[in-house]
Amino acid sequence: MNYTASEADQSAAKLPGWRASLLFALILLALAGLLVRAFYLQGIHDEFLQEKGNQRYSRVVEVSAHRGMLTDRNGEPLAVSTPVESVWASPSVIKMGDLKDAKMDEQQLVKLAQLLSMRVSEVHDRLADTTRDFVYLKRQLPPDQASEVSGLNLAGISLKREYRRYYPAGEEIAQTLGFTGQDDNGQEGLELALQGDLAGKPGSQRVIKDRRGHMVEDAGSLQPPKPGADIMLSLDLRVQHLAYRELKLAVQKNKAKAGAVVVLDARSGEVLALANYPSYNPNNRAQLTPEQMRNRAVADMFEPGSTMKPFTVATALETGKVKPDTVINTENGVLTIANKKIHDTHPEPFLTVAQVIQKSSNVGASKIALSLEPSVLWQTFSDAGFGAHTGSNFPGEAIGMLRDAHTWKPIEQATMSYGHGISVNLLQLTRAYTAFAGDGDIKPVSLVKLDAPAVGKRVFSEKTVGEMRAMLESVVLPGGTAPMAQIAGYRVAGKTGTAHKLEGHHYSNRYVASFVGFAPVSKPRVIVAVMIDEPEGGQYYGGLVAAPVFSQIAGETLRMYNVPNDAPLDNVIVPPTDADSSREEV
Amino acid sequence: MTRRQLLQYLTKHLDLPLLAGMGLLMTISLLTLYSASDQNFGRVLAQGANIAVALTLMWIIANMPLHVLMRIAVPVYVFGLLLLVGVALFGEISHGARRWLNIGVATIQPSELMKIGVPLMMAWYFEKYEASLTMKNYLIAAILLLLPVGLIARQPDLGTAILISASGFYVLFLAGLSWKVIAGMAVSAVASAPVAWSLLHDYQRHRIEMLLDPSQDALGKGYHTIQGMIAVGSGGLIGKGYLSGTQTHLDFLPERTTDFIFAVYSEEFGLVGNLILLAIYLFVIGRGFVITANASNYFTRLMAGSITLTLATYAFVNMGMVSGILPVVGVPLPLVSYGGTSMVTLLVGLGMLMSIHTHQKLVKT
Repeated sequence: MNYTASEADQSAAKLPGWRASLLFALILLALAGLLVRAFYLQGIHDEFLQEKGNQRYSRVVEVSAHRGMLTDRNGEPLAVSTPVESVWASPSVIKMGDLKDAKMDEQQLVKLAQLLSMRVSEVHDRLADTTRDFVYLKRQLPPDQASEVSGLNLAGISLKREYRRYYPAGEEIAQTLGFTGQDDNGQEGLELALQGDLAGKPGSQRVIKDRRGHMVEDAGSLQPPKPGADIMLSLDLRVQHLAYRELKLAVQKNKAKAGAVVVLDARSGEVLALANYPSYNPNNRAQLTPEQMRNRAVADMFEPGSTMKPFTVATALETGKVKPDTVINTENGVLTIANKKIHDTHPEPFLTVAQVIQKSSNVGASKIALSLEPSVLWQTFSDAGFGAHTGSNFPGEAIGMLRDAHTWKPIEQATMSYGHGISVNLLQLTRAYTAFAGDGDIKPVSLVKLDAPAVGKRVFSEKTVGEMRAMLESVVLPGGTAPMAQIAGYRVAGKTGTAHKLEGHHYSNRYVASFVGFAPVSKPRVIVAVMIDEPEGGQYYGGLVAAPVFSQIAGETLRMYNVPNDAPLDNVIVPPTDADSSREEV
Repeated sequence: MTRRQLLQYLTKHLDLPLLAGMGLLMTISLLTLYSASDQNFGRVLAQGANIAVALTLMWIIANMPLHVLMRIAVPVYVFGLLLLVGVALFGEISHGARRWLNIGVATIQPSELMKIGVPLMMAWYFEKYEASLTMKNYLIAAILLLLPVGLIARQPDLGTAILISASGFYVLFLAGLSWKVIAGMAVSAVASAPVAWSLLHDYQRHRIEMLLDPSQDALGKGYHTIQGMIAVGSGGLIGKGYLSGTQTHLDFLPERTTDFIFAVYSEEFGLVGNLILLAIYLFVIGRGFVITANASNYFTRLMAGSITLTLATYAFVNMGMVSGILPVVGVPLPLVSYGGTSMVTLLVGLGMLMSIHTHQKLVKT
């Protein structure tokens, strides 16, 4: 086909030009319409739309606050929060299983599960409810693992900064420190007791997020998080370490069920160590049993037995009823009150008051107690802190039982004098000994390091304290019930306790062996209480089971603190372990 | 051949005003794409390659004499129709629609070919019966149009079907379709609207509903429309600045390198940028009309008019959809959106415009 110009003009003439013009006009109109629209959106409505746009990406998120650190009295870390990342998902975004809109395929799901060390089915189940906007997939992932997850760049999967609590001392101090839950709130122990101070205040932050909820940039802090306070505890990790070590050895050696040790600073009432066995690893609580979690030193009540006798005797000394050398008729070891018989293991016709302590005579203690008004004895027990909180603020503290004096029957008054019919916790008992280790004051105990020694309440005079120290010192000397409590180079005072365990309303053939003592006698520095529950290794007397533990812990602690010796280094005279004198009334 | 002769040979059949307008749009395309793809230079290079391929094709088409264009009309149309039938029978399903045909080496979308093939065929047909056009000829031309449109609508790809219908209608209209018939069609279109509504797929109905009130399902079916409007509106008078559009870079904007690239451009360059873009389109379209007006015969005039009007329609529909005055249909912004297929189709059309313009000039002189 060959066209010429004239042919072209002819055929073009048949095409009405006005039709093209009309269409061109319509196009102009359409473009004008677009312009008007653009002007409406960008010139008039723009602020509203910009605000809408901002709402889409600008969010306010909570920023976790760093939880305060717990340290021992020398600044050694005991509980530390380290940053970790938690992985969360928006099932509503991912739309798992939706054929058309699913944002995650099988391969990505498998990969994600691998990185999270979870089963694929488990991850799948968490994402199943597509109406939910937020589910945790895995809490507290180490940062490197978390960055691998975020590296997958999956829609609907995000990270959240959290803190994980780490306990460097592990099982040695587990029950005392307690632990935090996944939301970083204290759940047990000091973590719970000190929650208010340790927990910070979460802040808020304005962030720019993209459509998948990933944080793109920090648009400034609205309210910075307020970190929790670091708290210096009164505990000394070194003392704690050896207390736990010796306790564990003793419990195992004596085939006992459990045990607890309290070490107090005799001058200030601060708790230097609080150990329990059996224990657990607070950093891995997967197989935790309630048995392991019990802070027995605070949460368990027990009948203290003979460790109560010094309070009976001191009260009698204080009232002037007796002197240390006052002779008591101990009735050849048997005293009958209202058809009930009280026995001594070593029957004697007569003992001095001092010998009643040294030999741990139940009959002697009962007679001394019965010479006192019930209310006077009750007042001493009450002032000593029995039946009341220790002031440690420890959660779940068992305050024990001290009945009102007017309900006491004579037999009860007698048995209470040697620690039966009254129950205490080990921390209470240890605390009560601050009266003898100090100048007659009962000091409140503290688990937090104190700037100045606590002011106690005067219970006994200095004269009484001096007389009591001499009596308690005789307990660890040959002829006393606890020669094994002696420490080379230091004078030791203390008292053994061996009590039948009360099961229901009857005393069983199981025992609680205990020893509470302090050293050096000339200027007491530490008070150590040891309680061994149900020793079944052949020995069950406090003097044989608990006293050696005391000797180890107190001795090492004194040497560690460079406490000057107040006795020659060859002072220890230990009779054979089967010495008759170690047995005491139970 | 001297360098000058070579240059002359190469540009002989090109239209400089059209080339200038295209060049501006392609520059905008590459710049905006760089921003929309989060500064992915690979994306920009790929689009550059698309442009290079399309420009080469355009050059070849522009150098084709008009009689060659006429001669290929029937084969292209028949081949396209066969492919569409093939798609209906063996096509691959993707996103719920059967639009692609796997021919072994690549998957192709035959409806794209028909964007050129249908007006080409219709223009050829009218040229052939130019001397004695009766109602019968218009009816046959309408059937030539409706066959492929029906196949494409069934895929379903309503957007492409409507656009091809539009390009065919332009040919019919320019060929002098009686006003009575046009009026009759308009009346029957309105009358059949309820029936058409019931024939639409659910998602198509939703798109129209969303246009009326996108906020009724802001996170679901109205999402595209609302995000587009917010992005455009966020630009304000002068825009947020190049590479600073928040809706774009935070991933809120869907399809932001392809169908919704106008929103990216609008957010970053504002009303001023839109004025410039519209001016460039108007210039290209105006040049198309000049070429149409100067076209020497029936075939070229119909063809040039249809190509120009189709380009205008694409631009309007895309920008209208992004700014929320038209329903969301899958139409790219001509010469700007990322994608090789649409770039090739458009430049083939523009190549024809150039051929039409330059070949008759040669005849005239």
